[in-house]
Amino acid sequence: MLKIEGLSKSFDGFMAVSNVSLDVKKGEIVAVIGPNGAGKSTLFNLISGVLKPDSGRIIFKGENIAGLPSHAICKKGLSRSFQIVNVFERMTVFENVQISIMAREKMNWNFFTPSSRVLIEETMQILASVGLTEKKDSVCGLLSHGDRKVLEIAVALGGNPEFLILDEPTAGMAPEETGRCIDLIKGLCDRFGLTILFCEHDMELVFAIASRIMVMTRGATLIQGSCDEVRGNQAVQDVYLGGSEVC
Amino acid sequence: MMHRGLSKRNWGIAAAVLAFLLLLPLFLPRFYVYQISLILVYGLLATSLNIVLGYGGVFQFHHCVFYGMGGYATALFLTKTGLPFVVSFAAGGVFAAILSFLMGLITIRLSKLYFGMLQISLGSLVWAIIYRWYSFTGGDDGIHGIELPDLVSSPRGSYYFTLAVTLLCLFVIYKILKSPFGSVLQGIRDNPVRSGMVGINVKRHILAALIIAGFFGGVAGSLFVVVDRTVFPDMLFWTLSLEVLVMCLIGGWFKFFGPMLGAAIVIALRTFVSGFTVYWALVYGIVMIFVIFFLPDGVLGFFEEKIKPAKGRAIADKG
Ligand SMILES: Nc1ncnc2c1ncn2[C@@H]1O[C@H](COP(=O)(O)OP(=O)(O)OP(=O)(O)O)[C@@H](O)[C@H]1O
Ligand SMILES: [Mg+2]
Repeated sequence: MLKIEGLSKSFDGFMAVSNVSLDVKKGEIVAVIGPNGAGKSTLFNLISGVLKPDSGRIIFKGENIAGLPSHAICKKGLSRSFQIVNVFERMTVFENVQISIMAREKMNWNFFTPSSRVLIEETMQILASVGLTEKKDSVCGLLSHGDRKVLEIAVALGGNPEFLILDEPTAGMAPEETGRCIDLIKGLCDRFGLTILFCEHDMELVFAIASRIMVMTRGATLIQGSCDEVRGNQAVQDVYLGGSEVC
Repeated sequence: MMHRGLSKRNWGIAAAVLAFLLLLPLFLPRFYVYQISLILVYGLLATSLNIVLGYGGVFQFHHCVFYGMGGYATALFLTKTGLPFVVSFAAGGVFAAILSFLMGLITIRLSKLYFGMLQISLGSLVWAIIYRWYSFTGGDDGIHGIELPDLVSSPRGSYYFTLAVTLLCLFVIYKILKSPFGSVLQGIRDNPVRSGMVGINVKRHILAALIIAGFFGGVAGSLFVVVDRTVFPDMLFWTLSLEVLVMCLIGGWFKFFGPMLGAAIVIALRTFVSGFTVYWALVYGIVMIFVIFFLPDGVLGFFEEKIKPAKGRAIADKG
């Protein structure tokens, strides 16, 4: 479904992503792991069109999407969440998800129906599926960190994507919140048939839900393989024992 | 956060203000009726600016270009063609919207302050053309004593026409800002990157908002022709744009009626203080500083906070 070939991006000569290749098939959950600063977020920014790659191809559903603006990529069925919560702070939880659905339904050109009367059902459905129904009227700037991370995913779901990218979905969550989040991610894949690409520092979580893993260091692909292959790989152990540790 | 309809008290205030505005020419001298008309015109202008400024987060530094364009379009149609008044009046908004679209195509490539700077340069170009094109626009003299149809030529007629058009425009702007288009616009203001990521073409959306703001700015310009029967190049000089920005700031640009209130305060200050002292700019400056330091949400924001029912505040604090 998603195939990346020779993707590179440099910031003022510093290669944040260099010659990365990656392959994700429909219905899979693929994890990207690697130490801090490995280039995971940059890779996701390239795929989702937040950044433009210097070179390389990103084939999504048979089409090269490298360099397209993010709204065009989203329209093709690819949504993402951000590592650092990146939502509409001044709006309520409900409005956050609603805006995302409005964009999908091309309702942003509707000038005369009050927003407070549209897409109520769809929005409530998504809020229910992530467990935020009770908090729907809270201004999201005032939510707890865990709820904000979940909202981050809910906003991405508003686009009704086929392919979902999650950048450290559980970072900073309390253990029980993490458990809830794992169930959520698994559910998305099982129930809605979503294909998921995510990155995470929590190895237990990675091994619990990923079907395959790609390891990155210093911007480059180290290996891509099944959980066991990655676990047994000497180079991977060197990277993880070698210094900058998993946080 | 969101205003779900008007509360009982707000309905009361709205009804009182409306009754006052409707009855006012019956008991106020002509001079004051004229001043109130000006407040309506500038209030509409400031509200139209606020569509993109407060709700879209766009640095629209030279909004008056569209106001001037609207005024000149209506004035020129009235003096140079025999078309009916309605057509000439509508030409103001339409031409301003077209100008806004053309300028937007260029300025939208830049963001934030650079957008504003480029807009000032392009706007000044439009000003220079109008200023220099003596044979067509009257140059620095402008156009005076424009003939209006009987219905709007009397002081009362022009006042009621201005009031009706302003109220209609405010209603439409309000509807637009509460629609999905308006919600998305506010989303872009709060977080353009995320807006793009949920599938919104941010530049195109902003461009549409610019056209709408330009249109209503143009209508305000046409109204000025009805009130004052003149147009002059200063209508699109950048200092007026600054003044309208200040109106939004003073009144409160996160509130729908903030710019209207700001316009009322500025016009009232200008009228009454300049009657007492030639240093009215000084008074004006002091008021500005006071507002910026003590009322960051503007005058309207301040009073709404003061009289907000305790229940609403508790919900906002709870989280
Ligand atoms: N906009 C930018 N400009 C300059 N350098 C950047 C930029 N974005 C990222 N980098 C650099 O690129 C490298 C990779 O960053 P990235 O955020 O992709 O790492 P990461 O793998 O997501 O790390 P983490 O686990 O901490 O989230 C880092 O060294 C970072 O400093
Ligand atoms: Mg990261």
